[in-house]
Amino acid sequence: MVAADSRASMGGYISSQSVKKIIEINPYMLGTMAGGAADCQFWHRNLGIKCRLHELANKRRISVTGASKLLANILYSYRGMGLSVGTMIAGWDEKGPGLYYVDSEGGRLKGTKFSVGSGSPYAYGVLDSGYHYDMTIDEAAELARRSIYHATFRDGASGGVASVYHVGPTGWTKLSGDDVGELHYSYYPVEPAIVEQEMTEAVVA
Amino acid sequence: MARYDRAITVFSPDGHLFQVEYALEAVRKGNAAVGVRGTDTIVLGVEKKSTVKLQDSRSVRKIVSLDDHIALACAGLKADARVLINRARIECQSHRLTVEDPVTVEYITRYIAGLQQKYTQSGGVRPFGLSTLIVGFDPYTGVPSLYQTDPSGTFSAWKANATGRNSNSMREFLEKNYKETSGQETIKLAIRALLEVVESGGKNIEVAVMTKEGLRQLEEAEIDAIVAEIEAEKAAAEAAKKAPASKQT
Repeated sequence: MVAADSRASMGGYISSQSVKKIIEINPYMLGTMAGGAADCQFWHRNLGIKCRLHELANKRRISVTGASKLLANILYSYRGMGLSVGTMIAGWDEKGPGLYYVDSEGGRLKGTKFSVGSGSPYAYGVLDSGYHYDMTIDEAAELARRSIYHATFRDGASGGVASVYHVGPTGWTKLSGDDVGELHYSYYPVEPAIVEQEMTEAVVA
Repeated sequence: MARYDRAITVFSPDGHLFQVEYALEAVRKGNAAVGVRGTDTIVLGVEKKSTVKLQDSRSVRKIVSLDDHIALACAGLKADARVLINRARIECQSHRLTVEDPVTVEYITRYIAGLQQKYTQSGGVRPFGLSTLIVGFDPYTGVPSLYQTDPSGTFSAWKANATGRNSNSMREFLEKNYKETSGQETIKLAIRALLEVVESGGKNIEVAVMTKEGLRQLEEAEIDAIVAEIEAEKAAAEAAKKAPASKQT
């Protein structure tokens, strides 16, 4: 399950509320964007090209392990030159589901759950407390949605729309995209306050 | 030292690359080598010149492994082979490092063939004078493969093939007698093909067997035993042919 918000900020200025932070590398692999938007977008597209070339040359899809390693090696070679990329590569290959965290320091980690970005601590809190291995797809989607929502609630640099994608054996599908403001009121509806009867003005005869 | 940039391999007026064709001649003069693919076994066999008395035979291994699951045999210039094999071994490890997966047989064959082709289109170098037979099992699907490359840089997959001296006779034999085999039958087929052109005996043949578990070089004694079996089968077949004829008289 992969989920992300859609806010881009330049310091205190919100430059966009509708950024696509989940990048579709190919029909069975997704990448997430955190850090520098341009760096993430460019290098994910570049990774998509490399994955396609691998398919053409080797007549089989590249594994998630291989794809994440290709990206990590590129980012490592630019280490220290100011790239800012914190991404997760999620996909499904012959060995099953695969999830890797890759960053511009050159780090690459395999894992079962990750949260990346400025709002990540808040998302981790919700994610860690609600996670168990045998969740259904709907439960997992809701957990992912809530994690993003809570991050946007507390972190000023996160907001916009919470998108949730599911990655399965036949590839990825987008499950939902909800505005976090609307999510807030659906999770915490406002009780209608009891207003005292207002006195009407007496008509002057 | 100044770089050499004059091309040596150039086209002739009628479209031949003579250097490549001469390299193929060098291959034709090299030791006979045969490869046979079975359902669960792939066998490589190479002709061994009768060992010079003082030479340590273990230092002249003709069938080498490129990785745990890939082996290579070649015919032609052995010094060129050493260089090509070293580059291929490095590429096998490099691939493991960059994509965390072992190479497929097709990938490494494509790499070796690409290297051979590069040397037909570069300045100051001559083509590699060898053809290789590359065998192995696909690390994911477990399917066995046998590939051949040649000095021009072309490659293709084969069920069974031969290269080097008298390769045409060996290939004819294989075409006539090939059938899907497994295990010991595959080994026998490979040795029978080699025996068509090589003096009989374990000390004139080097055989290696590739299974899913890995590469195994056969001992001289083992080869002698199989050769004896083959000779016995041949003799029995001869006798069976003569027997009905004698009944008629």
